[in-house]
Amino acid sequence: MAVETLPALDAHRLRADFAFLEELVNGKPVAYLDSAVSTQKPRQVLDTMRDFYEHSYTNVHRSVYRLAERATEGFEGARRKVAAFVNAPSEREVIFTRSATEALNLVAYAWGLDNLGPGDVVVVTELEHHSNFVPWQYIASRTGASFRHIPIDDAGELQLDALDRIAADGNVKVVANNLVSNSLGTINPIEQLAAWAHERGAIMVVDAAQAAPHRVVDVQALGCDFLAFSSHKLCGPSGVGALWGRRELLEAMSPFNLGGEMIRSVALDKTTFNELPYKFEAGTPAIAEAVGFGAAIDYISAIGLDAIERHEHELTSYAMSRLAELDWVTVYGPPADRRAGIVSFNVEGVHPHDVAQVLDFDGVAVRGGHHCTQPLMTRLGVAATTRASFYVYSIPEEVDRLVGGLHKVKASLG
Amino acid sequence: MSEFEQLYRELILDHYKSPRNHGLLEPHDGFAEGQNPLCGDEVAVSVRLGDGDVIEDVGFEGRGCAISQAATSMLTEIVRGRTAQDVAAMPKETLLEEIGIPLTPVRLKCAILGLGVLKVALHKARGTPLPEEWGTSAGDITLS
Repeated sequence: MAVETLPALDAHRLRADFAFLEELVNGKPVAYLDSAVSTQKPRQVLDTMRDFYEHSYTNVHRSVYRLAERATEGFEGARRKVAAFVNAPSEREVIFTRSATEALNLVAYAWGLDNLGPGDVVVVTELEHHSNFVPWQYIASRTGASFRHIPIDDAGELQLDALDRIAADGNVKVVANNLVSNSLGTINPIEQLAAWAHERGAIMVVDAAQAAPHRVVDVQALGCDFLAFSSHKLCGPSGVGALWGRRELLEAMSPFNLGGEMIRSVALDKTTFNELPYKFEAGTPAIAEAVGFGAAIDYISAIGLDAIERHEHELTSYAMSRLAELDWVTVYGPPADRRAGIVSFNVEGVHPHDVAQVLDFDGVAVRGGHHCTQPLMTRLGVAATTRASFYVYSIPEEVDRLVGGLHKVKASLG
Repeated sequence: MSEFEQLYRELILDHYKSPRNHGLLEPHDGFAEGQNPLCGDEVAVSVRLGDGDVIEDVGFEGRGCAISQAATSMLTEIVRGRTAQDVAAMPKETLLEEIGIPLTPVRLKCAILGLGVLKVALHKARGTPLPEEWGTSAGDITLS
């Protein structure tokens, strides 16, 4: 059923879709400010998955009986939704993976091992999540390519004037960057980086795990070559993600995982591989999870990505202005108008784990840690930060509870 | 008693704010450092051993959450005067009883980081056994 697109987002109304938000901590409903780690799931997604399991489930692309066609149709229907969601030219360019991490590993291994060597340069950024950093660092080291990073300035934004210096280092073959930083929320200039990469014959690999839930992502407008994101950060189930890649690149690439489904024919002496996208989907996929992924895309698309972006911007601006009142709190990253719904900060003299622990006593759920961005933490000169992050169901009252909790942190441990 | 008072009891806060045996020893007989990558806790421990491998002095430095730093501070008080072999065989429960607070699995790692690092330092100094859960690596430890 099509849901009418709302002009603005009504978070209080949407909260009714998320049973988790009724969970009590010390008698208080949870203030879930950890959506960047994973979002909660609306009943529409859960109902779709349950309905699929009860009425349409078996393995996909295998059997001829009619009910099996429903499973395949559900799975392939989800692929069409994912393709449309990122404006992919063809659904055959969309590969289901376990996660965004697996999608990025797929590119690093299947493209990188065949295309990188001594004299080549792999470029990442100081802002990367480990999932778009470590695979490239590893494959560069395996192939003898050099591994360089674009530094950030003190506001947490990429210093693009470093690009010329990096290009002097050799033959740039890969530029890998997240569209939105998971630690600071920085929105990165992918279009500009993609143009720079293409001028040098390099490919542009985008980690959109933290962007896809929060703003319109259009692979054609970004001008990238690969884009990875996951279901669980946009209201869908965990265990499934997607890789979009340019068809000609995917077709030229070696397979990643080998086994069932990804083959065309197997003989004792030779195997030929299946067409796209199946060439990269060995084994039984996460079928119901893919269907849930599609339902989640329906759910957030009905709310409207523009409305989601505006809602998060309002909350982020509000949170940053409230935190700015506390002179014992340091907020990291760019101003609110250049970031997504993520606010990383530290309380003077208190470790983020203790901050998160004391906030938990009040039912405020935030993340304290390095957020899988250790190079960034080193650049900021901290071991870790506390991170509050927002989604469609987040409300200003939860920001107030965060600020109230921080006063308790300061009074008890600061 | 509130949840805060249970976890951050006075003794913990006292050790956190005024750590005992703070500062690394020079010279020393054994030194090791370790991290808890989950939360970024860091601890470095150095020991000086006397006759019969008795721990004469122990010092630590680190940065991290209150639990990790207070637990390491308390540990240094427990182990002084005991032999390297005795401490290498010390189960983590001995330290946890001393700390005396309810710990979730995540916070447990914070609490026992210092003990693991100390055992590595003793291993380097006297070849005492490493804690089983950290395998046979003689390198510095990383809890994961």
